[in-house]
Amino acid sequence: MTSMRIVVWVVEGTWQGCIDAAVRHLPADSRFTLLHVTPSDVTEAADAATAGLFGRGFPGRKPNRRYELVADDEAAKLLAAAAARLGKPDAELVSRSGRVEREVIRAVADGVDVLVVARDGDRSRLGPKSLGHATRFVVDHAPCAVMLVWPDETPGIESIPPPKHGPPPPPPHRRD
Amino acid sequence: MPSPIAETLAVLLLGATLGWAIIRPRGLPEAVVAVPAAGLLLVLGVLPLGQAGSEARSLAPTIGFLAAVLVLASLCDRYGLFEAAGSWMAAGSRGRPVSLLALVFAAASVVTAVLSLDATVVLLTPVVFATVARLRLRAKPHVYACTHLANSASLLLPVSNLTNLLAFGASGLSFARFGATMALPWLAAIGVEWLVLRRFFAGDLVGRGETHAVTQLPVPVFPTIVVALTLAGFFVTSALNVSPAFAALAGAVVLAVPAIATRRTGVQNVALALDLPFLAFVLALGLIVKAISLHGLGSVVTHLVPGGAGLGSLLAIAALAAVLSNVINNLPAALLLLPAVSGAGAGPVLAVLIGVNTGPNLTYVGSLATLLWRRVLIRRGEELPISEFLRLGALTVPPVLVTATLALWISLRLVG
Repeated sequence: MTSMRIVVWVVEGTWQGCIDAAVRHLPADSRFTLLHVTPSDVTEAADAATAGLFGRGFPGRKPNRRYELVADDEAAKLLAAAAARLGKPDAELVSRSGRVEREVIRAVADGVDVLVVARDGDRSRLGPKSLGHATRFVVDHAPCAVMLVWPDETPGIESIPPPKHGPPPPPPHRRD
Repeated sequence: MPSPIAETLAVLLLGATLGWAIIRPRGLPEAVVAVPAAGLLLVLGVLPLGQAGSEARSLAPTIGFLAAVLVLASLCDRYGLFEAAGSWMAAGSRGRPVSLLALVFAAASVVTAVLSLDATVVLLTPVVFATVARLRLRAKPHVYACTHLANSASLLLPVSNLTNLLAFGASGLSFARFGATMALPWLAAIGVEWLVLRRFFAGDLVGRGETHAVTQLPVPVFPTIVVALTLAGFFVTSALNVSPAFAALAGAVVLAVPAIATRRTGVQNVALALDLPFLAFVLALGLIVKAISLHGLGSVVTHLVPGGAGLGSLLAIAALAAVLSNVINNLPAALLLLPAVSGAGAGPVLAVLIGVNTGPNLTYVGSLATLLWRRVLIRRGEELPISEFLRLGALTVPPVLVTATLALWISLRLVG
């Protein structure tokens, strides 16, 4: 059997949980790709704010280029740290920028077996909308198995809200 | 020249000036079209020389003030004040994203108020971006906070925004009274932004930043003291009936001389920071708008703007100013609206400011026209990923507008 192809989506704030879960649960002989996506809307927003100034942008400074340079530099360092934590210095490191959720899907579109994703979103309010927008999109559209991991400790089952008042649930189906 | 023709010509030239300023072919300065356009209006007599002279005289202190503040902010950057602020934010947050956001809010609000929104957009935002990246946290909430507060937190002082400088002359207020009246609206706007952004980005304010790489830089004592003294100077000069522009000039000179002597910066950098083409653009734009006002549009605007200084009028004025600034950018909107309200006292003038300063967050680039142009530019490559920013604008601008105007109404009763 050929080894599995695994992509770990590395995101600031939650990446350690993904790497640890990959180490714990996935075969060590898998081929790993570590993926980071810089959201282009953030650099665009920062850059566009200067357009609102009508060009009085402290001439001689080019903040937009600085944003890209800083983002590329830090993404490379983050991916290197992730490869070290994974214990696979030979893992493929992929850094992209664009619309995050679409870039992630593009990265797993072909021949990937498992995508490792951290839950993000507001974890203080677990419920139907507790996945962040990008994660929700990726879970919905990824053409491979998705391993959704808690970035830190898992919640206890007491996080399930008590049943709401209302009509009682239908009785369990009877097996005869 | 008959008035309708003169008016049409002036409006066309304003359109050309704004269009050029937005597109900026080959990165050429805005003044390239604005100055000849103003010159043409003068030569053709659309704008009588006498009127032009009085408009230029009333704009000159404002433009000088702006120039001094731009130089001051640029020198603070050369002295490492913003880099140091980034390191304090990183260390102070101890890697917690919500604490970091609170510190970014504080820094962006103070920098915008004291050194103008330009300093926040151009000098502080890159530092915040780099700081967040180094902490390995998500940049989005913090960067969006900077761009939003550059507008919303520019209500406090006359120096915080070019529009404020324009209104400062029209309002007849002293520097201290301006600040005292706008303190409550300023805090209200920041408070609403905090509540909305904190909730909107809850999903991105996750994890714990990695602070092992953070080294806290020492406080650059000299520029900090000079900025504090300059700020005090604004209040003192204004109380003595001297233009506060001189305090800004003094601060800029005190920072510039040792910086040049120790080769921290060059004379040419200081001259660049002065941004003479932009100053010429502001003057020319002022003259063009004056010509438009003279030939009929002024009275139309005066009729459009609600009279009175009750809460309802203030809200209507702020909303009108916000809408207009989103259509044509807030600088011409302020130039057009301020003369129409300046006779009605400080309340309506300050309500215009709330509209033109906080309104631009709706389209994140200052105006609809700029937004459309960016779309044209981007279409060839990737689609512009801005829906989230527009949604955030729609969620923050209306409540900020209403809350800040309500605060202004209360403030006018308290401060008088």
